[in-house]
Amino acid sequence: MADDKDVLRDVWFGRIPACFTLSPEEITEREAEPYYLLLPRVSYLTLVTDKVKKHFLKVMKTEDVEEIWFEYEGSPLKWHYPTGVLFDLHASNTALPWNITVHFKNFPEHELLHCASNSVIEAHFMSCIKEADALKHKSQVINDMQKKDHKQLWMGLQNDKFDQFWAMNRKLMEYPTEEGGFRYIPFRIYQTMSERPFIQKLFRPVSPEGNPLTLGDLLKELFPAAICVEDEPKRYQVIIHGIEPLLETPIQWLSEHLSHPDNFLHISVIPAPSD
Amino acid sequence: MLQGSQVSRIHRCIMPSSLLRAVDVYGRVYSLSTAGQQWEHCRDAHLEFKRVTAMQQCCWGIACDHNIYLNVHASDVPIRYQEETYENQRWNPVDGFSDRLLPSDRWQWSDATGLNHQPLSGFQLPSENWEWEADWYEDENFGGELTEKGGWTYAIDFPATYTKDKKWNSCVRRCRWIRYRRYKSQDAWVKIPSEQTGALPDPFNDISCGGWEITEEPRGCLALWAVSLQGKVWFRSGIHHHNPEGSVWEEVPVPGEVVQVSCGPGDLVWAVLWEGHLLVREGIGRDCLKGTSWVTVESPNPGVGAVHVAVGVNVVWAVTKDHKVWFRRGVNSHNPCGSGWIGMVGEMVMINVGLNDQVWAIGFEDRAVYFRQGVTASELSGKAWRVVSVSRDSDRSHSSSSANSLQSAGCFFGGEVRLESQASVVSDIDPDTERAVGEVLPASETEVTPKPRIPKVTSDSFISELVSDREGQIGRRDVSAPAAGPSIPEEESAEKEAEDRGSPAQVLSPSQSGGLDPQWSNVDLEEAQTQTSGTAGDTADTSSLSSVATYNLAQEEPYGTDEHQKWAWVSGGGCAVDSHMQLNWFNSSASTALNCSMQAMSLSITPAQTAAWRKQIFEQLSERSKREMENFTHYEQAIEQSVWVKKGSMQWWRDWKPHKWVDVQFALEQFSGADGSKDGILFIYYTFNDEKKYLHSFINEVTILVPVLNESKHTFAIYTAERTKQRWPIRLAAAAELEMHDWLALLSVSCCDSRGIQGPPSKQAIWSITCKGDIFVSEPTKELEASPYPTACDQMFWRQVGGHLRIIESNSLGVVWGIGYDHTAWVHTGGYGGGFFQGLASSTDNIYTQTDVKSVYIYENQRWNPVTGYTNRGLPTDRYMWSDASGLKECTKTNTKPPSPNWTWVSDWTIDYAVAVGTDREGWQYAADFPASYHGNKTLKDFVRRRRWARKCKLTTTGPWQEVPPIPLSDVTVLPCGPKNTVEQVPLWAISNKGDVLCRLGVTSLTPAGSSWLHVGTDQPFKSISIGAVHQVWAIAKDGSAFYRGSVSAENPAGDCWYHIPSPAGQKLKQVSVGRTSVYTVDENGNLWYRQGVTPSYPQGSSWEHISNNVRKVSVGPLDQVWVIADKVQGSHSLSCGTVCRRLGVLPTEPKGHSWDYGIGGGWDHITVRGNAMEAPRIKMPPLTDNSSHQTSGRGPLQARNQPEMNGNPVGC
Repeated sequence: MADDKDVLRDVWFGRIPACFTLSPEEITEREAEPYYLLLPRVSYLTLVTDKVKKHFLKVMKTEDVEEIWFEYEGSPLKWHYPTGVLFDLHASNTALPWNITVHFKNFPEHELLHCASNSVIEAHFMSCIKEADALKHKSQVINDMQKKDHKQLWMGLQNDKFDQFWAMNRKLMEYPTEEGGFRYIPFRIYQTMSERPFIQKLFRPVSPEGNPLTLGDLLKELFPAAICVEDEPKRYQVIIHGIEPLLETPIQWLSEHLSHPDNFLHISVIPAPSD
Repeated sequence: MLQGSQVSRIHRCIMPSSLLRAVDVYGRVYSLSTAGQQWEHCRDAHLEFKRVTAMQQCCWGIACDHNIYLNVHASDVPIRYQEETYENQRWNPVDGFSDRLLPSDRWQWSDATGLNHQPLSGFQLPSENWEWEADWYEDENFGGELTEKGGWTYAIDFPATYTKDKKWNSCVRRCRWIRYRRYKSQDAWVKIPSEQTGALPDPFNDISCGGWEITEEPRGCLALWAVSLQGKVWFRSGIHHHNPEGSVWEEVPVPGEVVQVSCGPGDLVWAVLWEGHLLVREGIGRDCLKGTSWVTVESPNPGVGAVHVAVGVNVVWAVTKDHKVWFRRGVNSHNPCGSGWIGMVGEMVMINVGLNDQVWAIGFEDRAVYFRQGVTASELSGKAWRVVSVSRDSDRSHSSSSANSLQSAGCFFGGEVRLESQASVVSDIDPDTERAVGEVLPASETEVTPKPRIPKVTSDSFISELVSDREGQIGRRDVSAPAAGPSIPEEESAEKEAEDRGSPAQVLSPSQSGGLDPQWSNVDLEEAQTQTSGTAGDTADTSSLSSVATYNLAQEEPYGTDEHQKWAWVSGGGCAVDSHMQLNWFNSSASTALNCSMQAMSLSITPAQTAAWRKQIFEQLSERSKREMENFTHYEQAIEQSVWVKKGSMQWWRDWKPHKWVDVQFALEQFSGADGSKDGILFIYYTFNDEKKYLHSFINEVTILVPVLNESKHTFAIYTAERTKQRWPIRLAAAAELEMHDWLALLSVSCCDSRGIQGPPSKQAIWSITCKGDIFVSEPTKELEASPYPTACDQMFWRQVGGHLRIIESNSLGVVWGIGYDHTAWVHTGGYGGGFFQGLASSTDNIYTQTDVKSVYIYENQRWNPVTGYTNRGLPTDRYMWSDASGLKECTKTNTKPPSPNWTWVSDWTIDYAVAVGTDREGWQYAADFPASYHGNKTLKDFVRRRRWARKCKLTTTGPWQEVPPIPLSDVTVLPCGPKNTVEQVPLWAISNKGDVLCRLGVTSLTPAGSSWLHVGTDQPFKSISIGAVHQVWAIAKDGSAFYRGSVSAENPAGDCWYHIPSPAGQKLKQVSVGRTSVYTVDENGNLWYRQGVTPSYPQGSSWEHISNNVRKVSVGPLDQVWVIADKVQGSHSLSCGTVCRRLGVLPTEPKGHSWDYGIGGGWDHITVRGNAMEAPRIKMPPLTDNSSHQTSGRGPLQARNQPEMNGNPVGC
């Protein structure tokens, strides 16, 4: 029988095939070929696109190049969301590969964060992990770690080292047996239909009576519309890592197994395809 | 909170369930399993009981007829008692040996001493609860040796030394006759005849049993105390393992009229006097379970007398007439009176202390059973009362049917049915809860049942009154049993979690509690609750006010308006609850079934593995991978793989002299090959003469990583084949335990990756155990047993599996059993990892909590001098007055620590009487001088004495092991199967820790734990057993003789009789192992013996042939391969004890082999190769003329030549 650990591997090694094309607005010396790449779902766009940048810089003049940013069908892609979340939110149910447009000009200041270097990504990643551990363990685990342990988490992600990352990350996934789960579940619910960036609230994995709570319970409280009512057509898809877990899946299990490396459970709610 | 061992992933504690017993106000006895969720009515015998007192093996009770009854729980091992008598004969020239004795001689039939006349006809069954097993027969076994037919032993005269051989001067002879009787009345209440007491003037009123921890296991004495209605106290003497009924009631004088008595598992006995004072029994000990005298302790409250007392091992709880609960501080074995009372929250009518000092009580207001939550060894007073709210089996039909219908309707997420249970967590008394519970019951029943009268008096008279006018009520109640339809309470019940986490010393004064308005406090509570959950979360310590308020709410609730369970008595003496155990007792009946299914969905209990949501995730993930990656594998990866290095600081045990710990930098470089395979290199950077140097080792050459936790350092040893030959591993020490475990887990994953090993051990796996109880497993290859050129066993790669065991046995069908130091039996779940292997190196579904208990021993030494006798003042040349067994190391009670930080003390120091050769009454052994041979009685020639003190320590870890309750084992064996052998039922034999031979039924490769034990009778206790591939069962008795079991086959799994096999001359055998055909034994002097002349028609064989010395243990496999644990193996750098060795040159034609091949060690204790049935491809080779260099040939190869060095036994022996 498949083991729960296999889920961790599947999640980590999830890849999205992407086709990067240069925006037609960019001025090039010669025509730029599209660039094809397998993007790790759990990583960040700007962290894994050095090759893309290099590829397109070859056909451009230095003076025409500003900060790189990506766009899909008119929406700028927020690099500080994990790549898989961006894909699930904007491009699930579309044909693969994922067509991403690359820009070097007109940075949408109001919609995107600047990403000058990898250290910005690292800072963002570590702050997410810390926030998650504040929710899970009142920050006790992350604070007990040493600087090099933090580095190991980041290096694991940056270099796509599953073992290196999980050797440390497993500590963040521990909890006292008698409590049946984390203190609160670190999660974020994303939606395309709203201006709100995401929904995030305090939510415990276990009810006061000691019953484990489920994904359904979470949605019922925070996004009731996402729960499909009997005899009505499905209005929304609830997607985590490109799959739709059943609503009775315990939220604690999801948090342990389907969280991103930043220790958050990123849930995308998108309108169901009409047919 | 999240430090070290306290935190673990979900490792369910699958403990064997045990029973809590209670009597309801109608006198019906119920039991509640720790694994269960409802009270089961004990329907046997149509008896009503006033009181019961339970322990694990049996339950005593006072029935309404005022007689005392005993219920011995059925066990797979019967209670058998061996009666013996001797037939004596004298030789005369006319008749030869005859029963005509001299007038001065003993009786023709006598006991062993000859002083008492004991004819066969004089033996009567002690009561009708016993039956004879068979007729009398002669015992032909004489001290491990076989006598001639008839069992006669000869001597010059009575009384004298008997020998089995008849000599010219043998004038008398005697023969031992034995017959077994068996206790037959199990699982039934049997009346204990009171005839013996004769003069008993009045009926019994209270009863309490305990004392089972005072004497050691084989004796198993019990103390039973009883109180008569007139206040006299009686002690039942002679209750022990072989005599569950005891022999006689003895009156114990008391300085007043006693109303109730309580006896703990240890040496605590307290009683309550009628006028409210308490009595404490003193002088209770191993030789005097009855104790010697009483001491009076004042009632907790001078104005209000005590009415009830309950004692455990280290606790005393009492209830006063105003129903207040009190906890006695400072109670222990040395100070049974304790030091002071602490008032506790709650109003109770009675309290009972069970195993582990866990506490149960019956509430005064509601007569509900309460469990004291949070009782641990460090916090004996616990935290809060929690009401046990489960249904009785008679109530079940309503609740379960309603729940089922809900489930089938698929209403899990419907709006109207609330999943939350109705106030499942209640601490202290809460009227809302009760109402909710009550409402679940059908209304019709409520109407018919009359109100029980609850007079507010002491619990005693309360029960007596109920019992006396009980008849009519029961009759009417029974009529009302079938009930109206299901009802689910729809109203919101206030969820209150007013846990009384404050100081346990909260005392409520009546005026305070009486003055509060229930309505107000109710509101206040809810607010307090919202507030805490909104902000502080875990720090939801409610103020003392809230607990006062909750508590007080009960005052206006009248009785009897609802029919909930009303209890009169509870006994937890047979109920093993641990602080980390999950109990399902605290949910209301309506939500039970729902909760149950919810849990099954969420926790990783086995059904959850098949839960729809999990399946869905697995399927969707693999679909996703296919969809998103399958057609795009030619795309470039965004991140290129590179080398990853992990570094750390450690200490290293320097390879050269002078050996010492030096600071080093330690680094592991890992890299993936082009084909995706992984490998790594270990570097140790050290400084030598101001020069930086390093030592390295390839990960794929590492053969084993051995953790060596000891008091002072967190060290581990790294072996390669080369270092195994040298008996000189790389020894490293990490700064902290956690750091060591991180490194070990990482290195282990890295080693397994480089060898492509993952997942659970195969069925063929070879298992071994170190003397620290650590478990290792190695995957054999076909070449391992190839002949004549097998893989050298120092090349074997071992990986660790979590858990702690002393013995492990397996076979090639994947049936793996282990036995812990505390004799608990464990079965392998098929998983891997556990222990410090968390996360990736461990399976998640089948890892459980495992505990083990062992004793640490120290010796108290004394020397005699003419003035003061024995004192602790020795000669200057003497050993320490407190030392280890050798006398070389000082070990005092205070400076002796548990073996490693993983162990914690769980008992105090006690004198150990179970020492070989025996002790005197105070545990002393005497000798002429240190060190010398000790004996148990003092003689004139003795000038020194010593006694052994034992202290128990406990280890809690995790591993792929599940307990097989309830019988503790000392040895186990599984039938080894050939490569093509398929047996449906796998024969598995074991020896219980009492020496009983047991045969496990129902063992298959799918159900390796089997179902039950079949007891196989023996005339004496056994200690080792082994079954061969064709069902040949060999065993070793405790006296060192061997036995062969005749006629064992797949059809007749238990065989028919034992054949005594004489042991090698002058040797006491210790262990046996039987392979395909070979039979090997090890004796107590370390000799390895091979059984000659074993043939299919004569399986007993003819004689023992000596193979080797210095052998500790042997394991013979299904290919007749012979592996041993050997002592004194010489490596090139050092000597090791406890080394895994394999016999070379074993062929079907030459089963004895010719020489040894040395593997991992020292510090190894056990190995089993009985799973490895992988035959090597046969290569025809000319016979070997010389052996390779490291194989010393011939017998007795295991000799020490050089000076041993410290490093040889990093694990320590």
